[in-house]
Amino acid sequence: MKLKGAQVLIECLKEQGVDIIFGYPGGAVLPIYDALYDTKEITHILTAHEQGATHAADGYARATGKVGVVIVTSGPGATNTVTGIATAYMDSVPLVVFTGQVASSLIGRDSFQEVDITGITTPITKHNYIVKDAKELPHIIRQAFAIARSGRPGPVVVDIPKDIQTTLIEYQPASEDLYGGKLNNGLARKSSEAAEDESYAKELENSIQKAIVAIEECERPVIYAGGGVNISGANEELLAFAEKIKAPVSCSLMGMGAFPGTHPYYMGMVGMHGTRCSNYAFSKCDLLIAVGARFSDRVISDVKRFAPYAKIIHIDIDPAELGKNVETHVEICGDVKDVLRILNERVKERQENGWNDQIRQWKEEYPLKYTDNGKVNPQYVIETLYKLTEGDAIITTEVGQNQMWAAQFYKFKAPRTFISSGGLGTMGYGLGASIGAALGRPDKKVINIAGDGSFMMNSTELATVARYNIPIVQLVLNNRVLGMVRQWQDLFFEKRYSHSSFGNEVDFMKLAEAYGIKAMRIRKNDEAEGVLSKALAMNEPVVVECEVHPDEKVYPIVPAGAAIDELID
Amino acid sequence: MKHILGVLVENRPGVLSKVSGLFSRRGFNIESLAVGITENPDISRMTIVVDGDDYTVEQVTKQLNKLIDVIKVANIGRESVIRELALIKVKATSATRNEIIEIANIFRANIVDISKNYLTIEITGDSEKIAALEDMLRDFGIKEMVRTGAIAIDRGSKMIKYDEDKEEK
Repeated sequence: MKLKGAQVLIECLKEQGVDIIFGYPGGAVLPIYDALYDTKEITHILTAHEQGATHAADGYARATGKVGVVIVTSGPGATNTVTGIATAYMDSVPLVVFTGQVASSLIGRDSFQEVDITGITTPITKHNYIVKDAKELPHIIRQAFAIARSGRPGPVVVDIPKDIQTTLIEYQPASEDLYGGKLNNGLARKSSEAAEDESYAKELENSIQKAIVAIEECERPVIYAGGGVNISGANEELLAFAEKIKAPVSCSLMGMGAFPGTHPYYMGMVGMHGTRCSNYAFSKCDLLIAVGARFSDRVISDVKRFAPYAKIIHIDIDPAELGKNVETHVEICGDVKDVLRILNERVKERQENGWNDQIRQWKEEYPLKYTDNGKVNPQYVIETLYKLTEGDAIITTEVGQNQMWAAQFYKFKAPRTFISSGGLGTMGYGLGASIGAALGRPDKKVINIAGDGSFMMNSTELATVARYNIPIVQLVLNNRVLGMVRQWQDLFFEKRYSHSSFGNEVDFMKLAEAYGIKAMRIRKNDEAEGVLSKALAMNEPVVVECEVHPDEKVYPIVPAGAAIDELID
Repeated sequence: MKHILGVLVENRPGVLSKVSGLFSRRGFNIESLAVGITENPDISRMTIVVDGDDYTVEQVTKQLNKLIDVIKVANIGRESVIRELALIKVKATSATRNEIIEIANIFRANIVDISKNYLTIEITGDSEKIAALEDMLRDFGIKEMVRTGAIAIDRGSKMIKYDEDKEEK
């Protein structure tokens, strides 16, 4: 069957089970949009900006575990996705981003809306393609999806020149396509060599045995759970593992939801804004088991003084993470779900000891706290939100104080319920992400916890929320300053608040109103419960603004360069 | 410490920039990089000389392996066959020409171009050999010099293999 390139793209998307795409039309993708016009099986969400589309696809991917799909035009359309792609890359989120490109004959001539998007995105994609031969299009698309979702997931860009979109090519459904793996690339060639499989199995067995010995010999174990547990869906295996070896658990920011926030073994977040209990435990433990975590600088701080007494077992699917940031004693390369299953079968049950008592004591002695300052305590609002939703909502966040408070004061119980830009720290991420999450999981309430600075960065996406009437709560913690910047200026720059304050110029009530979105305000702590329950009960979008004091801080904090047990609060 | 990596990659546009970009962005130092087609026209082979400790080389290898277009990365030992090629244009008058030719002969280098005032010498060898010839010629006046990066191949039956080799056997 002969089809135009654009139609082949649509057919390939259907093959992949894509039912929703986020995008923005333009000159170089007109043939694709023309093909979409007749496509009933795929919902297209038109955003206000290509960055918003990319964040929405990212939020969709994180909430559902499926691949997020974006279509944008060439030039500025493509460059506007760059921040979104980098965000997804840093947090291992599967995306396939289709960018239009000028016609093949115009490439390299600085044509209108031409940009080398494969060159630009090489450092921030798992892989990227520019389609030069229309016949390769279906195979490239199938590979792009396979690459995005396999192993450690990540974004893939497929750049499609306009003439390729209109070229007639032979289309065979994937099931009848014999060409298949013949689109030669290293991925196909380096996979599954029998000898390598055997040596992998041997290596795995060897490291599992070492890990079991280390676990049986240790006195003071700690588990450090990262985003890999959520991606792998290994939360139940992790719970069983922690309970079997009686090890307390801390999560990285990306690891939120990997371990129930309500569990007695849960110590909270670890790192720069970790709990004292977590950071003390890491600094005193004799065995640190990292599960799908990558020892980010925000967790380890001063690497020389990180976990000084610990043997480190590192479990990760990406071999390049093992031994990258810290020296490890046992490296286990594999899907954390599989590895934990093997460990759970073979490791002996341990008994609680004095270490567990010590952890309980630290936990009791050093809870997260905040003090009433006459305005709204954001921590209290988030606690109230947790209470009202019973932890059964999807929380997206922006970046900064709002993000840290969300991670600290909301108790996450399941993977894919905390959606936040951890690696890149992209302000303006949350609103777009909340759109994608809500569309991907219509069965869940989605709340975007935002600061006023981040919210203003991409608040144009309220247009998208309004257009599709998506029932999301935007919880804007408005302190009229860039809170995290101000906090650092306060603590480490002698209160010289350089360019970190906004005025009263934006009225968030009116901003919401302009989009036809209802808005409410929380002025005091005791209004929080009432306003939030009303907002949560609404089956339409709503903006809730909280009046927060500009000096409200995220505590504890580990100053830059300190060891993680040197906390300030 | 120098390490020599043999890297099999897909022979397609953009692969070289993906590999070289990886080095600059991860802060690894490339001493030299040479690339050319292999016995299989779909596959190119790069020889990359990296300056760094064992940690760096392990990181380079792992990061290279993550690139989709990279098929295989192997650390080639110093005892392998390593060759560079240099072309050296040196000032040569009737008074010095014979002496220069004699030096070239000792190095088993070739005179590939001759004119009234210049000789162009082609030499292959490891970097030490090329440096030694360069040193010998310096006083005559080296006017221009161009050299390739190192290429390297294992001795004996040792080789860098990938899946398809197995299939053929």
